[in-house]
Amino acid sequence: MTKAKRKRLIYNCITFAIVIIAFIVLQSMIENKTITRALKGQLIPICCWIVMAVSLNLVIGISGELSLGHAGFMSVGAFTGAVVSGYLLHGLGVENETLRLVLAIVGGGLIAGLAGVVIGIPVLRLRGDYLAIVTLAFGEIIRNLVNVTYIGVSDGALVFNFLRKNVPENTRMLVDGASGAVKVAKISTFTAGFVLVLITLVVVLNLINSRSGRAIKAIRDNRIAAESMGVPVTKYKMMAFVTAAVLAGMAGALYGLNSSTVVPSQFTFNQSINVLVFVVLGGLGNVLGSVISATLLTVLPEVLRAFADYRMLVYAIVLILVMIFTNNPTIRAFADRIFAPVKRLFTGKKEAEAA
Amino acid sequence: MTEKKRHSDTRMVPVPSHSIVPERDLGSQPVLETSHLGIEFGGLKAVEDFNLTIGRTEIAGLIGPNGAGKTTVFNLITKVYEPTTGTVLINGKDTHGMNIVQASRLGIARTFQNIRLFGNMSVEDNVCIGLHNQIRYSMMEGVLRLPRYWGAERKMHKEALELLSIFDMQDLADTQAGSLPYGAQRRLEIVRALATNPSLLLLDEPAAGMNPHETEELMENIIKIRDRFQIAIMLIEHDMNLVMGICEGICVLNYGKVIAKGTAQEIQNNPVVVEAYLGKRKEGEK
Amino acid sequence: MIFLDNLVNGISLGSIYAIIALGYTMVYGIAKMLNFAHGDVIMMGAYIAFCALQYWNLPPFLALVVAMLACTVMGVVIEGLAYRPLRQAASLAVLITAIGMSYLLQNLALMIWGANPKSFPSSMISIPTISLFGGQLKIAGATLVTILANIVIMVALTLFTSKTKTGKAMRCVSEDRGAASLMGINVNRTISITFAIGSALAAVAGILLCSSYPTLQPTTGSMPGIKAFTAAVFGGIGSIPGAMLGGLLLGVIEIFGKAYISTELGDAIVFAVLIIVLLVKPAGLLGKTVREKV
Repeated sequence: MTKAKRKRLIYNCITFAIVIIAFIVLQSMIENKTITRALKGQLIPICCWIVMAVSLNLVIGISGELSLGHAGFMSVGAFTGAVVSGYLLHGLGVENETLRLVLAIVGGGLIAGLAGVVIGIPVLRLRGDYLAIVTLAFGEIIRNLVNVTYIGVSDGALVFNFLRKNVPENTRMLVDGASGAVKVAKISTFTAGFVLVLITLVVVLNLINSRSGRAIKAIRDNRIAAESMGVPVTKYKMMAFVTAAVLAGMAGALYGLNSSTVVPSQFTFNQSINVLVFVVLGGLGNVLGSVISATLLTVLPEVLRAFADYRMLVYAIVLILVMIFTNNPTIRAFADRIFAPVKRLFTGKKEAEAA
Repeated sequence: MTEKKRHSDTRMVPVPSHSIVPERDLGSQPVLETSHLGIEFGGLKAVEDFNLTIGRTEIAGLIGPNGAGKTTVFNLITKVYEPTTGTVLINGKDTHGMNIVQASRLGIARTFQNIRLFGNMSVEDNVCIGLHNQIRYSMMEGVLRLPRYWGAERKMHKEALELLSIFDMQDLADTQAGSLPYGAQRRLEIVRALATNPSLLLLDEPAAGMNPHETEELMENIIKIRDRFQIAIMLIEHDMNLVMGICEGICVLNYGKVIAKGTAQEIQNNPVVVEAYLGKRKEGEK
Repeated sequence: MIFLDNLVNGISLGSIYAIIALGYTMVYGIAKMLNFAHGDVIMMGAYIAFCALQYWNLPPFLALVVAMLACTVMGVVIEGLAYRPLRQAASLAVLITAIGMSYLLQNLALMIWGANPKSFPSSMISIPTISLFGGQLKIAGATLVTILANIVIMVALTLFTSKTKTGKAMRCVSEDRGAASLMGINVNRTISITFAIGSALAAVAGILLCSSYPTLQPTTGSMPGIKAFTAAVFGGIGSIPGAMLGGLLLGVIEIFGKAYISTELGDAIVFAVLIIVLLVKPAGLLGKTVREKV
């Protein structure tokens, strides 16, 4: 095994170990009832945000395209999940909650993936800032469209209205336009969230370290060179974009089924930026970093209530500072010089051993 | 076109050429054939009426003063640009309407004048991108780590190291490509291009920035590559020692037009070429 | 008459978009970056004008001058502190920084002025409503001023970039930054001037926007900002007449879409138009396509 492969294996093992250990600890805390209420309520959202951050990292860090509409896919997933779960319960009379949750998550992922394909076809032909602004536009379009979508169950059949609400009297509304999905049965579980996080990590980490992942990274590094090597650009950009959309849709379904009301205005541009902050602070292309920053930044505001008012202000400043510190050559060289003795402590030892 | 041009008219080297590869078959289909190839950028004719044929194992040189349109010819052959006029046949197939990827699959590979490596990836991964279409498995097989993934990855690793050994670069396999020294980056580009299993390799200034010793080594390696892989190589180069030393046929371009074609000796003695490089001798001047 | 009414409203809204779009297009053309915070500079300008009118009791003209000066300083400071260190960085890094700056401004406004919407005083533009066709078509004073301001700014800017030395320097820097600096043009100063002009225009746009749509809150600038960027892209980013054309078309499309298709889908229609334009003409209506050098 080469050195690079060994390093990669260790990194992946650490990532999975951290997630699995965290789950076991939290699960035992739940069983012993030693967990605080506030933290318990945050467990499922944390799982959702981890999945969102890791999937967005696939688009931004690995594929190198700035997507500003990731919350749109979450929205699609959340409302699809609510419809699937609601229809199974009220339309088909399926009582089994686990089955409903699994089907809702799968449905959310599928429909979000479909949205990803529809959006990806025009968007991925563009480059750079244009791509960013168009993904933003799509996120807003999705929100607008959900605002005028009415879906309900009437006599075991699905009723679907667009633009104008026109449903039979006895309809039970599942998605009610701008008021969103109301009276959703809360069926999300922490275990489901954990499994979803594991699936996301397996998919993203294995994808990155495979033939397809290499192609995606090659396109990011140099599009023309990748094309000259016979790598079809659109196919692989699409692969990263749609995979991320599917994962975001699944996270959305889990998120939506964790609260009794879901409104379209929960998934605005601001939410996309929130996830972007997780990704940037965790490190572009660093999956473990995304997991950690998504967890910390979801828990922190809850822990520091007083700080919550300034949360976005601090986010903004940190975002700017991180960008300047990691991208300005002068500041970077300065930081490297300061940290050089610290680095030597670790690397110097190894060199001495080798010599 | 009413009458198809005969290969012998566009061939750079008069038939039969002084080949050092004895089995070179001039009768068989050429790797590359261009006829009346031209492109205009907003009225400016960057390349005009470019006719060229390259045999299966020929080493050809494309030279000319700066701005003559040499790289543009490469871009036309590799379909970075769609030509305004004329055709490009690769292994006898018309590339009209194709994109870069499709052209690459017909068997052309290239290096770039301004190096275009995948800088954040390892040297080995760079070569693996070249092997992208040689060793395949699907996304699902990769994500689920099915047996084919392991087999293909093992094969890819082996082949990448074998290709890197051409330039003695196996030990650098784990290095980040962007941090390699300049000469090594140029060599890696050649290895990466070779990995796509091309029948025609286009080298855009392979010796740029190399010292005389490195250039000497490169010349040997280019011939070695041709002999070992039995492919045609076409190169753009300003180093005349290299061009005259290894190219069996040379084509001189000036202002987008071919001004001379022939062997090294013919080109060196051609007054038009001398004029293009050094300017016209004034009358009365000796 | 409803049609004419909508058309006038559309042109008025479009004029505001056009003025905002100018800020985007100039900065994009010269600094090659998408200044995401531009929309929030508009909001800041409107708040400052609001304070000048409401708390400091300044006359409208002085309020305009104060807001323009404050925004100019803000623009130059933002550029110097956040964007200048990233001159050589990848565009992704610059864009994320600009998004951070946008959030910083919004949250500053939230801290200073609170989340409750403020009603922008109508005393800013005190021109009476004009009635045409026997009272069938009414044009508000603010609408008239907006359209006139747009025309004046457009003419002034075109003259500035084509006739003055600074304007020519700006065009040089946008063509080729390296060559411009070799010719002795101070690139950093030119970019600062561009930000200054763009931000001063943002203050004007903010005041005009809030005169027609008087709800003022920290997020007031973000949606018009995004739409004006859309307008700039629509018209061809980097082109001053393009910003004008894109802004006007977008305003008209938005008002007509809301009036004849669906109120809720107004934004969606605007963005759908952007996407279609980018697919058909990737460089916008008046933009020119640049070939990537290989």
